[in-house]
Amino acid sequence: MARHIPWILIAIVGAVALAVVAVSRGEAVNALWIVVAAVSSFLVAYRYYALYIARHVMRLDPAQPTPAIRRADGMDYVATDRTVLFGHHFAAIAGAGPLVGPVLAAQMGYLPGTLWIIAGVVLAGAVQDFMVLFISMRRDGKSLGELIRMEMGQVAGTIALFGAFMIMVIILAVLALIVVKALAESPWGMFTVAATVPLAIFMGVYTRWIRPGRIGEVSVLGLVGLLAAIVYGQSIAQSPFWGPAFTFTPVQLCWILIGYGAVASVLPVWLLLAPRDYLSTFLKIGAIAALAIGIVIMAPPLKMHAVTQFVDGGGPVWSGGLFPFLFITIACGAVSGFHALIASGTTPKLIASEGDARIIGYGAMLMEAFVAIMALVGASILDPGIYFTMNSPAAVIGTDAASAAAAVTSMGFPISSDLILQTAKDVGEHSIISRAGGAPTLAVAMAEIFSHVVGGPAMKAFWYHFAILFEALFILTAVDAGTRAGRFMLQDLIALAVPGFKDTTSPIPGFVATGLCVAAWGFFLHQGVTDPLGGVNTLWPVFGISNQMLAAIALMLATAVLFRMKRDRYAWVTMAPTAWLLICTVSAGWLKLFSADAKIGFLAHAAKFSEAAGRGEVLAPAKSMAEMEKIVFNDRIDAALCAIFLAVVLSLLFFTIRTCLAARRTDRPTAQEIPAAMAAAE
Amino acid sequence: MSAFLTRLRQIARAMVGAPDYDAYLRHMREHHPGTSPLSETQLFRERQEARYGGKNGGKCC
Repeated sequence: MARHIPWILIAIVGAVALAVVAVSRGEAVNALWIVVAAVSSFLVAYRYYALYIARHVMRLDPAQPTPAIRRADGMDYVATDRTVLFGHHFAAIAGAGPLVGPVLAAQMGYLPGTLWIIAGVVLAGAVQDFMVLFISMRRDGKSLGELIRMEMGQVAGTIALFGAFMIMVIILAVLALIVVKALAESPWGMFTVAATVPLAIFMGVYTRWIRPGRIGEVSVLGLVGLLAAIVYGQSIAQSPFWGPAFTFTPVQLCWILIGYGAVASVLPVWLLLAPRDYLSTFLKIGAIAALAIGIVIMAPPLKMHAVTQFVDGGGPVWSGGLFPFLFITIACGAVSGFHALIASGTTPKLIASEGDARIIGYGAMLMEAFVAIMALVGASILDPGIYFTMNSPAAVIGTDAASAAAAVTSMGFPISSDLILQTAKDVGEHSIISRAGGAPTLAVAMAEIFSHVVGGPAMKAFWYHFAILFEALFILTAVDAGTRAGRFMLQDLIALAVPGFKDTTSPIPGFVATGLCVAAWGFFLHQGVTDPLGGVNTLWPVFGISNQMLAAIALMLATAVLFRMKRDRYAWVTMAPTAWLLICTVSAGWLKLFSADAKIGFLAHAAKFSEAAGRGEVLAPAKSMAEMEKIVFNDRIDAALCAIFLAVVLSLLFFTIRTCLAARRTDRPTAQEIPAAMAAAE
Repeated sequence: MSAFLTRLRQIARAMVGAPDYDAYLRHMREHHPGTSPLSETQLFRERQEARYGGKNGGKCC
């Protein structure tokens, strides 16, 4: 009993903190209460729930050799110390998602997002990562697609692969859109990001020929270059010649990014992708650590309301009510399907002992949820007037400070136009109005926190551009790496119809697949950039739905495997989050398709615009008949995409149920684990 | 302290998928005695291509 006492104390502290966050009204709550509530919940969940899953649901056996032991080859399969592997795994799962979703979700106040992140990660997100790692670890580290094929059949595996490719396309489009939103009309930001290209090429040449493999020293050199770029970016932005040269409209940036994606993804990896990944990874980890320290030192009060009137829908940042849309807006951080690809990627090939799976699978996801909590705190310490000024589309609040101040004040978040102008000036930007996408908002918050700790108000502009750079850097790395991964997925898929397409010796299939992949995400990026409602409004929900659906698919695989292991009575561990994710994603997908509210339903929106076009009317925000037709076309594409995602997830639900029923009819385990003896004989 | 720094260095390198050359040499000595292992530079290049070539599913959003 005595060993439980510290945990009971942690639980009590967490419950008190959560109560403070949940019931305080009227007076400002300190952000640290949220942090304490989250951290204590995570610790208790890790100690009890994750241990329960490890011992009873999975029955992890440290004596059973892992793929890293059975198939040790010194390269792909290497038994790795668990703290080292934790770093590897965390760096692979933590990206822009957990930073952006919570910022967008703050339009409903900080309370709904906080509760969903905490409950979501403990019961769904971390369970998913942990289960997929477990399943892959028992099967030689096979990938999600292969695992689904092994346990649920060929057709289910192919459908999942197709779904994963579509999700990849949407993710790349959304990430690129965030970069466009952050860099448009911002010569300072654009210069620093552009400077990373020659800098990375220099680093690439350095690690290739000058000092091969010296990642540490080249990263230090790169960091010095980055800081110099941020400092000089200010003078560049103010220069009468270079300022305009680095100022781009969103549409120009969109084409630059598409061109960049196409070229970067066919360059040798050592030249640009790898060195920039070093920079972006270390910068990301450093920035996350600095943010955590900064929040603790500053202990800022939350200025956002606990719950805003937008829980009923009608918010300017994204449309729709709390259910189901909050649960798809915060995807990464609470539960992220994409992690299933990571947990069945390199990590299961490196894990040294089954006993390490809990800290890697469950623990690293808790850490990501902590990042999401910090992003939510960041958005919530800003004046809500600033938050809504930055995140509402221009169609709602106009483009100048006076109209934005008036519109946001009338929403119930009083703000003066002077404060809007002053905030923009503090961070060294022309304007902060309608900078949707989460990254700029988070950058303002990080500038607030960092300048409180280091440098004071004079450093705000520097920290703002540092934060923009760090987000843009790893998004660009993800765009490059994602295009390459998407290319191989597409080659696998096309090879099902055209067998020769998998051929890696001929360059043509590779170029064709890369071109198709870039065209696919470029299409959605262009649509988002030219969307009068700001793009994030349209694309983020589609991304959230697709990512949560992938999570549902991964959890369905886990459920099927538990049934096939004859552990039905523990299957509630994966069935409960699966059910919740299916309810959220299917109803959100359904609403996106069929809601009669033109703000939510793609088809209703298309009908509204096509009827108006039929009458010869031009509806705002379109300015011409051609734009009207484009809006209708885009709506229909988005609707088709939602329909595809629904079809993918529902057909996999069918295969899961079929697999589970078949497993129940037999009296012995049918799960296809790769036994130690067999693997050793290879 | 130096053990701590070594561990930090290992974690940082693992974050970007860089190989641990000592571990590789140990593996080659134990399992493939008599064969000549890759040089540190060769291994680094091979691992870089394997990590970033795209077949590993990329990174998360």
